[in-house]
Amino acid sequence: MKPVKQVEGRAYPFGQKNVDTDVIIPAKWLKTISRDGLGEGAFETVRAQDGNVFDDPEYSGANILIAGDNFGCGSSREHAAWAMDDMGIKAVIAPSFSDIFSGNAFKNGLLAIALPQEAIDRLMEVAKTDPITVDMESMSVTTPFQDRFTFEMDPFRHQCLSEGTDEIDLTLAKSDAIETYEKRIDSAQPWNNPQAA
Amino acid sequence: MTEPKTLYEKIWDAHVVDQRDDGTALIYIDRHLVHEVTSPQAFEGLRKAGRTVRRPDLTLAVPDHNLPTTARLDANGNKIPIADPQSAAQLEALEANAPAFGIEYIGASDIKQGIVHVIGPEQGFTLPGTTLVCGDSHTAAHGALGALAFGIGTSEVEHVLATQTLQLTRSKSMEIRVEGDLGPGISPKDLILHIIGVIGTAGGTGFVIEYRGKVFEEMSIEGRLTVSNMSIEAGARAGLIAPDQKTFDYLKGRPMAPKGADWDAAVTYWKTLPSDDGAKFDKSVTIDAADVAPTVTWGTSPEDVVPVSGHVPEPESFTDASKQDAARKSLDYMGLEPGQAMGDVAVENIFIGSCTNSRIEDMRAAAAVLEGRKKADNVKWAIVVPGSGLVKVQAEKEGLDRIFVEAGFEWREPGCSACLGMNPDKVPAGERCASTSNRNFVGRQGPGARTHLMSPAMAAAAAVTGKLTDVRELVK
Ligand code: SF4
Repeated sequence: MKPVKQVEGRAYPFGQKNVDTDVIIPAKWLKTISRDGLGEGAFETVRAQDGNVFDDPEYSGANILIAGDNFGCGSSREHAAWAMDDMGIKAVIAPSFSDIFSGNAFKNGLLAIALPQEAIDRLMEVAKTDPITVDMESMSVTTPFQDRFTFEMDPFRHQCLSEGTDEIDLTLAKSDAIETYEKRIDSAQPWNNPQAA
Repeated sequence: MTEPKTLYEKIWDAHVVDQRDDGTALIYIDRHLVHEVTSPQAFEGLRKAGRTVRRPDLTLAVPDHNLPTTARLDANGNKIPIADPQSAAQLEALEANAPAFGIEYIGASDIKQGIVHVIGPEQGFTLPGTTLVCGDSHTAAHGALGALAFGIGTSEVEHVLATQTLQLTRSKSMEIRVEGDLGPGISPKDLILHIIGVIGTAGGTGFVIEYRGKVFEEMSIEGRLTVSNMSIEAGARAGLIAPDQKTFDYLKGRPMAPKGADWDAAVTYWKTLPSDDGAKFDKSVTIDAADVAPTVTWGTSPEDVVPVSGHVPEPESFTDASKQDAARKSLDYMGLEPGQAMGDVAVENIFIGSCTNSRIEDMRAAAAVLEGRKKADNVKWAIVVPGSGLVKVQAEKEGLDRIFVEAGFEWREPGCSACLGMNPDKVPAGERCASTSNRNFVGRQGPGARTHLMSPAMAAAAAVTGKLTDVRELVK
């Protein structure tokens, strides 16, 4: 994973609430066995509508998405994060995220930033004309108009994203603890392992 | 005396491998189910990094999402090739990855094959008190047996394969207490749809829900699986129902469950799991069972529920402006008018299946309504997709398949099917489907498809009358 220090650029003022993973990437795109190329299917049903923000030349090349409450609800498909990454989005700002989506986003270096609705309302306005900056070090979202909204992030995630740490390597470094745990369970609850079917 | 604990806290505490100061923990994963859609990139990741699977014996692989539900073997017992090359490639990837990494694989033509969340409990792979994950959000279903079970993304699938653990933050706990009794003819599906209507699709975000009360104690394991399955539709990470004698009776003798003296030791442990008296939940919601009617959805979110005897809501009836807007969009997509009686809504398609409602009890409930009846002429397509090969065989033993076929249904091979419209089973654009699945999202059952969620008995009733119907009128 590449470290993420800052995301700066134009933002799609999307604003919708309860954007589910079927909207982010419809099921027909899930038949792939690779992580790449999913940008083409991202927000397909939204893009089928005239006047949608994603195809508006004003926002071409935008790398931030602003959305409503409960973004990424629905399925656990990580394809949602891959598709957004593939279409160039590096940060999503919304009042809240589904737990699974924010986990998936984090694992792919996509920032999922939660801010109160008032901040979202303001950013939706700014996004129409100007760029927005998400800064990881100061944990803030700023605009060229002196707006400054600070956000919170789980410290572990913050560190991994800022340093670009591979989570599996971090865990493998704890192999001894895992082995100790397994030995303890094997002797205390030998029945806990599945029987051969 | 130690602090009283909830079921969730007990399972969590028993699985902490390493506690971090910031509150996150490395949690051991006892069971991992893998299917063809969310795993190829995980195996690819392992290969690229030169990693192996830490505990292949704790993972079980089965294809379900993409697999066609038409016959899999020809008259000579040879495999019928899958027409869609991409689906075929995903299946081949799983078929090759499982043995390459030493994982047990249940193949497409194995009688044990089925939807991950149906076969886990059925094989005794899912056990009370275990942590269980799968790259599918409806993993919450397994909580019906008292397992802490939740859906994960593909990177986490890779993480579990490599380390048998996950780095997790503890969720808050919510108790949903259902008081009183469900009325006659009211099913677990009606109950969970009603609950989601009350708390909303974001109501459970950040929580693990424990379902409590006499209704659940009296509910069959199949019914509990239906309820817990849809916890994710309420936004929750997982659902839980305390294991009890019903759970033990259900699991006893299942192929992968403990045997002999091991069984007794396991039951002794499982009996310590239910939430202690006085255990504290971060949030409590009380539902009156008497309020639950035969329920259907009118919109494109599982919280858009209404009794089948009710009417399509007026968008203005919602207080929040964005909800009004969402309701207008939903109604437009669904082709419904505000104020329209739900009972007047005609359906052209019926889907009985999905991990929410494809177990033997669901088959029986639908067949009981269909027996001696035929689908209405305006119903063009009606399919029943059993949740597993074992459910299918059992239903055939009971003659249920004949009832379905005589009523004008197609009797299919097990899989996810029209639940997500990934294989060829799709609802045509602009048409309606009475569906026993769990999601009525835009395009979920196929581009432009209009889904009404309901119970198996209600879907069967809709097939008979050709419109959304209160099943109690047919079985009086
Ligand atoms: S039946 Fe539907 S919800 Fe269940 S596992 Fe399959 S796709 Fe997911």
